[in-house]
Amino acid sequence: MSLLRVDGLEKKFGGVNAVEELSFEIRPGAVFSIIGPNGAGKTTLLNLLTGVYKPSAGRIEFDGHDLTGRAPHEYARHGIARTFQNLQIFFNMSALENVMVGRYMQERCGLMAALLHSPRLARAERACREDAAELMRYVGLQDYLSAASDAMPYGALKRLEIARALATRPKLMLLDEPAAGLNPTEVLELDDLIGKLTGRGVTVVLVEHNMRLVMGVSDHILVLDYGRKLAEGPAQAVRNDPRVIEAYLGSSATHDGSFGDAVAKAVAVGVEMHR
Amino acid sequence: MNSSRILTRLASPRTGGLLALAILIALLPLALPNRYFYDVAILVGLNAIVCVGLNLLIGYAGQISLGHAGFFGLGAYGSAILATRYGWPPLAALLATTVAVALLAFIVGRPILRLKGHYLAMATLGLGIIIFMVLTTEDKFTGGPDGISVVPFRIGAFALQGEHIWYWVVGVLLLLAVWLALNLIESPTGRALRALHSSEVGAEVVGINAAEHKLMVFVISAVFASVAGSLGAHYSGFVTPSKAAFLHSIELVTMVVFGGLASTYGAVVGAAVLTTLPQLLTSFEDYEMMVFGALMIGTMVFLPRGVVPSIARLLASRRKAVPDDKADGK
Amino acid sequence: MSAQFMQYLLTGLTVGAIYALVALGFSIIFNASHVINFAQGEFVMIGGMATVWLVAAGLPYLPAILLAIAAAALVGLALEKFAIEPARDASVVTLIIITIGASIFLRGLAMVVWDKGFHALKPFTGDTPIAIGGATILPQSLWVLGVTLVIVLALSWFFGRTLLGKAMLATSHNRLAAQLVGINVRMVLFLSFGLSAALGAIAGILIAPITATSYDVGIMLGLKGFAAAILGGLGSGIGAVVGGLVLGIAETMSAGYLSSAYKDAIAFVIILVVLFFMPSGLFGRRGGERV
Repeated sequence: MSLLRVDGLEKKFGGVNAVEELSFEIRPGAVFSIIGPNGAGKTTLLNLLTGVYKPSAGRIEFDGHDLTGRAPHEYARHGIARTFQNLQIFFNMSALENVMVGRYMQERCGLMAALLHSPRLARAERACREDAAELMRYVGLQDYLSAASDAMPYGALKRLEIARALATRPKLMLLDEPAAGLNPTEVLELDDLIGKLTGRGVTVVLVEHNMRLVMGVSDHILVLDYGRKLAEGPAQAVRNDPRVIEAYLGSSATHDGSFGDAVAKAVAVGVEMHR
Repeated sequence: MNSSRILTRLASPRTGGLLALAILIALLPLALPNRYFYDVAILVGLNAIVCVGLNLLIGYAGQISLGHAGFFGLGAYGSAILATRYGWPPLAALLATTVAVALLAFIVGRPILRLKGHYLAMATLGLGIIIFMVLTTEDKFTGGPDGISVVPFRIGAFALQGEHIWYWVVGVLLLLAVWLALNLIESPTGRALRALHSSEVGAEVVGINAAEHKLMVFVISAVFASVAGSLGAHYSGFVTPSKAAFLHSIELVTMVVFGGLASTYGAVVGAAVLTTLPQLLTSFEDYEMMVFGALMIGTMVFLPRGVVPSIARLLASRRKAVPDDKADGK
Repeated sequence: MSAQFMQYLLTGLTVGAIYALVALGFSIIFNASHVINFAQGEFVMIGGMATVWLVAAGLPYLPAILLAIAAAALVGLALEKFAIEPARDASVVTLIIITIGASIFLRGLAMVVWDKGFHALKPFTGDTPIAIGGATILPQSLWVLGVTLVIVLALSWFFGRTLLGKAMLATSHNRLAAQLVGINVRMVLFLSFGLSAALGAIAGILIAPITATSYDVGIMLGLKGFAAAILGGLGSGIGAVVGGLVLGIAETMSAGYLSSAYKDAIAFVIILVVLFFMPSGLFGRRGGERV
């Protein structure tokens, strides 16, 4: 039983096929990673999976519902949440308020209730605040509970986006390069956090360049190249796939030496960490 | 409630600010020497009501409208025509007009709000000017460029006439408008608006229907403008198309931006300053336009956040321990 | 073709040529800075009013015209320097208010320096109407069409063949890249304002003998020029010209055949229709948003 099913997905921008004939399935409870060289279409795919882009062709089915071509807020309503490669933090509010916005779907009040500010609303607001604070602590942001979002360091902001995404109570969480710009310690913390997420029952999809992280957390990997599926399968299989190695030779991913070498090292470290 | 909790509640924009505004409105007549000043105060109040609504659209939701005087004008003419020409009870005319304007805003708002930035500005500009032209041209209904006179506002046998009565009417309605706006801002809906101002896609992916929210604020701000327009018509006793003119739309936007975007009290301050300014400048009559234009440029260049938020920041940086909601600028 | 149709066509082309010049001014500034210059119409006003004033002060025609254009260009440069530049990274709303404020300021200034009355400029080569196909056209209209054509050709040569012009085009396509190849984008911005102001002034001088000029002619002309620019596609030179001509003809035709009362509304209806259905206009670039 798949949680997310993509069939023949295509996205054209003018003459460019950003994504072509893409089909795959995501099982619930897994950590599914999408990797590929720069420009392979990973972020485009994420945008398609959250309704930010409309597909030129193909079908997206989530939890039994056909969500093809729907608006982003509808994807959110069905339980898909995401973070962004270029942070979309609401810098005009505090960190806590950012997470509180994530709770919007649970909180929705009618226009009249908002205009007249019923006492029920005041109580709901307090509950919302507490819930948001709890989520911030969960992702490790307990030091920033009363911080303004524009006063936070980059690594904290990335976690804030995750907290905000979690606040939507998603079934599926799409993380777009969460490790970008993080130092190795922070990456380890991220690894932990992803583990916590799956422990909580959230299926995680990771778009990443950091091979160490990918090999360490993933159950299943999809490799994209020029918008097409290059390879798919469990981490070990993908690591050894000659097509994948060839696609990555000479790329600017975050490692030294040849791809196969780095992947081997990463798998070793990953295996070590999960002992 | 112990005293520190009372103090915290007083410091909040909703309770404390409203109280301060109410006190100001109540005591202001003591400082107004004659009817002329009452008249100015009433104009300030009416503009402030429009600006509070417009601020929700521009400051909170991050949209723009260069045609809001159109809604004000429609409100004015709607009430004027229904009450004067067709003899409707003024309250019924007001309600019917408000509903009609809300409907227009709803219908036109959908396609218009799909636009962003400059394009949105120009579309609203076009809308406002078209409304102005219709009001000026359809003189059978509207009396053309000279306008029409308007009967006084009557509720039953009681007629609202004279600056003193209208001062209190407008004052109370302004308090109501500010209260409604602040309630909206502090609700999850208000947070959703601020979110969508900051990052529309970020808001959408947490389930906020951006188009719906923008439309809602657009309609609300149109309603505020329409009601103010209707009241203004009954108060002045006549309406002319200039109420819907492009210049009036610009004045309204300037008041909002000058007073402070995303600041409800800022909108009130902006309305107050920029309504009274021309009165003060009558001695400079010929230079009035130059001063106004220079003021617009100067404010945007030196105080881009507007007066009230800039002052709030100044005060916040002086005092080290400041509660968080002050910094957000309400 | 009926004489009446011909008449409307000729009038429409004349008016359209003016709109085209104003629209070109908008596009040039928009390309350089992504600012919609609401004060564009005031350059038109300055062109006409300054020429009237200089001629009345005793200057011969041609020097008066050249001086007026130069004056408008200077005002354009001043606008960029003192109003736009200090607010370089400001939001759309802020920039819009700044240029509107500038337009109000300039109008107020014109009112003070000159006056509130209407003034006519003497036509360049007399006012005996010329007959064309059953319709008549004023010699001044021929000047309008002729000069506009020359300007459009000159601009396409400038942007297509000269280094400076190409630098300006490059900046409009990709500001950062232009900076990286050593183009002084600030200078490009500066010059764009000067150039647009000059174009506006020329339009104002051309039209002043036909429709009298006054301190507030800028408002409507500016807005209509803007409508033409949007119709043609904001930022496109061809679009500005085509948009201007189409708008001019549409206005005169609908005034003639439908209702003259709503003649001025045509431009704004066009704005709404274009923005609703075809926001990038006839020739504009279709852009998508990258997240």
